[in-house]
Amino acid sequence: MAILDVGYMTELLPILLRYLPLTLQMAALGMVLALVLACALAVVRVLRIPGLNGATLLFISFFRGTPLLVQLFLFYYGLPQLFSALTQINGVTAAIMGLTLHFAAYMAESIRAAIVGVDRSQTEAALAIGMTRGQLMRRIVLPQATRVAVPTLMNYFIDMIKATSLAFTLGVTELMGATQKEAAGSFLYFEAFITVALLYWGIVELLAWLQRRLEARLNEAYQR
Amino acid sequence: MIRVQGLTKRFGDSLVLDAIDLEIQQGEIIVVIGPSGTGKSTLLRCLNFLERPDAGYLEVGDLRLDTQKVSRREILALRRCTAFVFQNYALFANKTALENIAEGLIVVNRWPRARAHARAREILERIGLADKADAYPASLSGGQQQRVGIGRAMAAQAEVILFDEPTSALDPEWVEEVLGLMKQLAAERQTMLVVSHEMGFARDVADRVIFMEGGRIVEQGPPAQLFSEPRDPRTREFLRKILAAQQAALP
Repeated sequence: MAILDVGYMTELLPILLRYLPLTLQMAALGMVLALVLACALAVVRVLRIPGLNGATLLFISFFRGTPLLVQLFLFYYGLPQLFSALTQINGVTAAIMGLTLHFAAYMAESIRAAIVGVDRSQTEAALAIGMTRGQLMRRIVLPQATRVAVPTLMNYFIDMIKATSLAFTLGVTELMGATQKEAAGSFLYFEAFITVALLYWGIVELLAWLQRRLEARLNEAYQR
Repeated sequence: MIRVQGLTKRFGDSLVLDAIDLEIQQGEIIVVIGPSGTGKSTLLRCLNFLERPDAGYLEVGDLRLDTQKVSRREILALRRCTAFVFQNYALFANKTALENIAEGLIVVNRWPRARAHARAREILERIGLADKADAYPASLSGGQQQRVGIGRAMAAQAEVILFDEPTSALDPEWVEEVLGLMKQLAAERQTMLVVSHEMGFARDVADRVIFMEGGRIVEQGPPAQLFSEPRDPRTREFLRKILAAQQAALP
């Protein structure tokens, strides 16, 4: 059995780190866009806006009901066939689109649940002192819903960072794509993939630590 | 002064309020009693449109409105001149005791923050919780939470404070401190409409006791008269039961 080539791993790490910004950019942009879309979808669901509600349900059902990889292929290979304007779509754009829509569908449901979960009597109390619906949402409901939603949203963000690796199947040289290329050159597959695995793990652990700090802050008001 | 005329509310097929007429003088303390499910809470909740009445007229202070033709603006105005104390306190969980009291002043009355907080501190002083200004509801006892709930209602400087069974959800050990605060408000002649099962409070503090059953006011009068010589057999029956239950609860 060959011994793990640690020297190769230490050489590989700085090379892979050059591709980390692209991975993080895709995840960050995907997360911001997904959050905006998810909030809009959640509001439609909470207020049961006629017409839009049905469309929202269909959207959520489709993007939760099909694999992310299928969605990515659909955007990258499928759409240009239908719309000639999209023949220039690059892998990064397609990946961000796919991540956004896929994760927005999941996040919309947890945001909706968090809004609905705020104790109904506080809504009545806010109305009873003469607040408008908008004031009630802004000052009472959303701050409390945020606290409930943050842990799940952070989990989706962590999931999304790992899911950016699928962009490699669209020909994007991000962290995973770079690893694949390096490994193919050196034939040290185990070393290459364990290095990138440790890298993903490290990023996720860093985020988990941030998540715990954020949650502790948000929970301050609720300690007995 | 508050005047209610023909106030009616249905939930599906059941008539919960059957054309209620009621007048409340400024500074009057009224306690509403009656079996559960007879519309006492609904009466309170219709007065500030937490429930939308199906018919009737309301007059509160300068505000006169037909409940069937109200605008959003009028509903907000009505809520501004009434205040509500909830059975389960319903404090804003994301705000401190001080902020709970100041919230309406800042958001609804558009006071500057500093002024609203100064007023909230005065109120905390009066309700005996000056040292809990920065405590969040989760860290307060039931009795303290309800006193903050009453403080929040006091801040509104409303024409009337509506109390919806303010002590029913409390552990027995906290009931006295909340009733004590309500007595203090009564002594200041704050107009109050209180739904409660606390017969002792009704007897000691109320100017008038109203007995409701089946969505109607069956009988009303000064507590001495209503408790000692109730005219209606339904009132007698209710008082017999509830007084027996409260006697039994004594050690």
